[in-house]
Amino acid sequence: MKKFSVKTIVAIGIGAALFFVLASYVAIPTPIPNTKISVQYPVLAVLSMLFGPVAGLLIGLIGHFLTDLAGGWGVWWSWVAGSAFFGLVMGFVGKKIRLDEGEFGVKGAVIFNIAHIITHLIAWGLIAPGLDILIYDEPMEKIFLQGAVGSIGNIVSTAIVGTLLCIAYVAARPKKGSLQKED
Amino acid sequence: MIQLFNYIDRPSIVHRLTGAAKLACMLCWTLAAMITFDTRYLAFLTAAAFVMFRVSKIRLRDVKVLLIFTFVFLVLNNLLIYLFSPEHGVTIYGSKTVLFSFTQRYTVTWQQILYHLNVILKYTATIPVIILFVSTTQPSEFAASLNKIGVNYRISYSVSLALRYIPDVLKEFHDISLAQQARGVELSGKENLVKRLKGTTAILMPLILSSMDRIETVSNAMELRCFGKKRKRTWYRERKFSKGDFTALLLGFLLVAGSLGLSALNGGRYWNPFTGG
Repeated sequence: MKKFSVKTIVAIGIGAALFFVLASYVAIPTPIPNTKISVQYPVLAVLSMLFGPVAGLLIGLIGHFLTDLAGGWGVWWSWVAGSAFFGLVMGFVGKKIRLDEGEFGVKGAVIFNIAHIITHLIAWGLIAPGLDILIYDEPMEKIFLQGAVGSIGNIVSTAIVGTLLCIAYVAARPKKGSLQKED
Repeated sequence: MIQLFNYIDRPSIVHRLTGAAKLACMLCWTLAAMITFDTRYLAFLTAAAFVMFRVSKIRLRDVKVLLIFTFVFLVLNNLLIYLFSPEHGVTIYGSKTVLFSFTQRYTVTWQQILYHLNVILKYTATIPVIILFVSTTQPSEFAASLNKIGVNYRISYSVSLALRYIPDVLKEFHDISLAQQARGVELSGKENLVKRLKGTTAILMPLILSSMDRIETVSNAMELRCFGKKRKRTWYRERKFSKGDFTALLLGFLLVAGSLGLSALNGGRYWNPFTGG
C-alpha cells in the first residue's frame, strides 16, 4: 500500500469533519417538500481536487459513514459508496484543473461542470441505485426516481456553489509563476 | 461540548465489550441482513436486536427520537415502493394471490405483503443494531477499533481526527454564518434559491480556507512528532480481547454463515412459501 503523506491524512480527517457538519446541519430547503439541497458535495469536489483521488474517496467514505452513523437512520452503504465514488473521480479531475496553482478560468469551469455532472449521474443514477437493488431488491422505478431527484439536487448545488468556490479559492491563492525573479 | 453520538454510559455486558468486537459484530450483523431475504431469518434478527437492547440496558426511551425517525422513513419508503410497483412481490415470488384490489393496478396480494414485510424487517434488523453500537461505544474508542479490525492505522487516525474536529468545524461554521448574516447575507426562506446558494458560498469559502489552515497546522504538528514513521502504533483506548469479545465475534460470524446457509438452502435469497401450496 502506498504511504500517505501526513498532510493527506489530516486532509481526510478534517475534510470528513467538514462533510459531516455540512451534511448534518446545513441543508437548503427547496420549494419541493422533503427535498433539500445539500452543500457537502461542492465542498467534497473542491477538497478532492485539491488533495487527490485517494483523499477524495476517503473523505466521501468516512464523512458519509459518520453522518449516517450519527444520524440514526442506519448506514446506507449504497449511498456511502456514491459519495466515495464522487470524491474519487473529482480527485482525478483535479489533476486536470490545478486549483492549488491558481488556475481556474473559463476552461476550468467548463471541465469542472461537465465532470461533476457526469460523476453525479453515475454515482446517484447508477452506483447507489444499483447497490440498493442488490441489497434491498426494491423496484427499479422507485430507486431510479430517488436517484434522479438526488442527482439533480446535487448537480444544481455543485454547479452553483462548486463553481463559485473554485473561483473564490483561486482568487485567494497566488497564481503559479506570479512571482518573478529579478535579474 | 456538543454530543454528536448518542453514547449512553451504563454498566452492561455490551458496554464492557471492546469497540473492535462490537464494530465487527455490527458489520457482520448488517451484512447478514443485507444478504438474506428470508422472512423468518430477518424476523429472528429483528427479535435478537431487541433482545440485545435489553441486554445492554439501553431503553427504547433513550433512543426514541431515532426510532421515530426510522419509523417515518420506513412508512414513506414502503408507500413509495407500493406506489411504484404494487405487484413487485408477484414478480419475485412468481405467484399471485389477490386479497382485494383498490383499482386494476393497485391490488393487494399476499406476495406483495410478504415483500413489504421483508423490506420492513430488513430495516428493523439492522437499524437497532447500529443505534445500539453507537449508544454503547465511546466515540474515542472507535478509531482504535477500526485499526484493530484491520484498517490501516493512518486511515483510522483520519477517522479519529474527523471525530475530534467535527465540534470545532461546527462552531466555526456557526460563527462564520452569524458574521455573514450580520453583514447582510440572507439565508432564510425570504430569499430565492439561487441567492441562498450564493449566500451559502459566502459561508463555505471562509470555512474552506480556514480548514486549509487547520490542515496545515495539524499536519505540521503531526509531522514534527514523526507521525507515520513506524508501521504500527498503539492507541490509548485499545483493549485486549476478552472471552466476551470472542463470543461476540463468533456470534457475528455465525449470523453471516446462517444467512449464507439459508440462501443455499432456499435456492436463492428469498424464502418462498407460495410454491408449495
